[in-house]
Amino acid sequence: MSAANLTLRQRLHERGLDGVTLLVVPGVLFVLALFIYPSIYGLLLSFEPKEGGVFGNYIKFFSEPFLYTTITKTLVIAIPATAINMILSVPVAMRVRLMKHPRLLTTILVIPITLGTVMVAEGMLTYLGPRGWLNRTLMFFALVDEPVRLIHNYWGVMLSLVITGFPFTFLLTLSYITGIDPSLEQAGAMLGARARMRFWRIILPLLAPGLAITLALSFVAAFTVYPSAVLLGAPAGPTRVISIAAYTAAFEEYDYSMASAVAMLMAAVQVIVVAFLLSLRGLFFHGPASSGKG
Amino acid sequence: MPRSIGERLWALSVWTFIGFFILNLVAMIGSVLVNSFGTRWFNTWLPNGFTPSWYALAWNEFKLPDILIVTIEVVGAVVIISGLIGVPAAYAMARRRFPGKTAVMAIFLLPLLVPPMTYGIPLATVLYQTHLGGTLIGVILANLIPSVTFVTLLMIPFVEQIDPRVESAARVFGASTGRMFVQILVPLLLPGILASLLLVLVRTIAMFELTFLTAGATSQTLVVALYYAVFAAGVRPGQSIDAMAVVYMVTTLIWLLIALRFVNPTQIVTRAKR
Repeated sequence: MSAANLTLRQRLHERGLDGVTLLVVPGVLFVLALFIYPSIYGLLLSFEPKEGGVFGNYIKFFSEPFLYTTITKTLVIAIPATAINMILSVPVAMRVRLMKHPRLLTTILVIPITLGTVMVAEGMLTYLGPRGWLNRTLMFFALVDEPVRLIHNYWGVMLSLVITGFPFTFLLTLSYITGIDPSLEQAGAMLGARARMRFWRIILPLLAPGLAITLALSFVAAFTVYPSAVLLGAPAGPTRVISIAAYTAAFEEYDYSMASAVAMLMAAVQVIVVAFLLSLRGLFFHGPASSGKG
Repeated sequence: MPRSIGERLWALSVWTFIGFFILNLVAMIGSVLVNSFGTRWFNTWLPNGFTPSWYALAWNEFKLPDILIVTIEVVGAVVIISGLIGVPAAYAMARRRFPGKTAVMAIFLLPLLVPPMTYGIPLATVLYQTHLGGTLIGVILANLIPSVTFVTLLMIPFVEQIDPRVESAARVFGASTGRMFVQILVPLLLPGILASLLLVLVRTIAMFELTFLTAGATSQTLVVALYYAVFAAGVRPGQSIDAMAVVYMVTTLIWLLIALRFVNPTQIVTRAKR
């Protein structure tokens, strides 16, 4: 049967377009209308500042210390938090992988993720406050003389990012580690490699692509921290993160153009860091995760 | 396998860390719980006495009934609509190869990779300009973005597991696409649909950023109301804020426990991996 004899319907069907394919249309339209369009709109809007030329918002952002320091302040929180979570997650995941019934542990660890940053912030305010249980315990054992200040400063935000970020990083790492064929490690053990050597020579190289993606996801989550930076940090000082700058521009100054510019810069930093992380493993052109555009 | 002392010590320190983390987590949740029932708590391990009255106060002061109704409306609408859009989309993605499929896959993946705070600001701008910002519909639309894509990506492997011959058989007997969907696919896909919608439910209850950026005074969900309560701490007694936090926590954890009957905890973070 030659192509000319086919009806339009049949020809479309041959290319995979028929009634069933149309089922994807509502979903695509939805994402186009509420995700892609706002992103492009925001990008264009950021070039239409209230005052100044096309780049007015960006010039303003990089000339006012109150605004441009938000990027470094956020990085100073997000990079160590991501690193701590990663460094804690790998050994824990290596250990939990050997458990016969890890389900109870993973269930407990999924709780802080589910509760979210707002609830964790309220919990930390009660628990870590000057009269909270932690400070009472430390003083009871005479480890400190006066209450340690762990909230309303940098450490409050850092701790909250570890409490919600560590379980996230751990569960993601665990799912990558359990995906590694155990017989590879057994082969290494049979040839006389000890645990440490098996980890560095066998597990880690196999895990690296997964770790790069885990790092990227943990970093973007930490980089856009908002509720804990406000509730647990010093939102006027050292924890004035970039999300606060974007929120203030949009909802306190009603300058949506500036807010969009800050959001675009936020996305740009994320893309740069994620691209760097993924390029470390030569992954840049492979996974769909490399296209972290906002 | 014989284990050296170093390996044993290493294992011990890893377990100590896990224990320490969980201990602090439990203490953190516990102190909120205790405080919410406490009368006066100053310089002692436990409050002087216990009373349920903070819950009554929180119930009235924070207008919890209104907030709970909004939360149910938002979560209900998001769960139903994301199922109605996401499951058919996943079916098409699993069964057909069509031009531009990679691009479609990419736009379904993007909203799950980009953090809500980043795309939430431009989205809120657009919603406010179309006068949907601050309304219930605006909140529902915003929450649907991660949910629709999440359901779609989660359901694709579930659809792929179903033998296409089952569908062919239905076709041979003359079923239309709609009928086949309702009578054949939905029953077969039910475990997957249930799992993905329960995860959407838990995620939407806890979704702070998007709701926060798009909600007005009358369209706040529980988590956003909790944020404002903590933000304005000092205006009201800390115990009533903790009472509200407990209400939020119980709401979330009940659904989490139900969800965990159908899904593995790791699936909550791995998104669409399996």
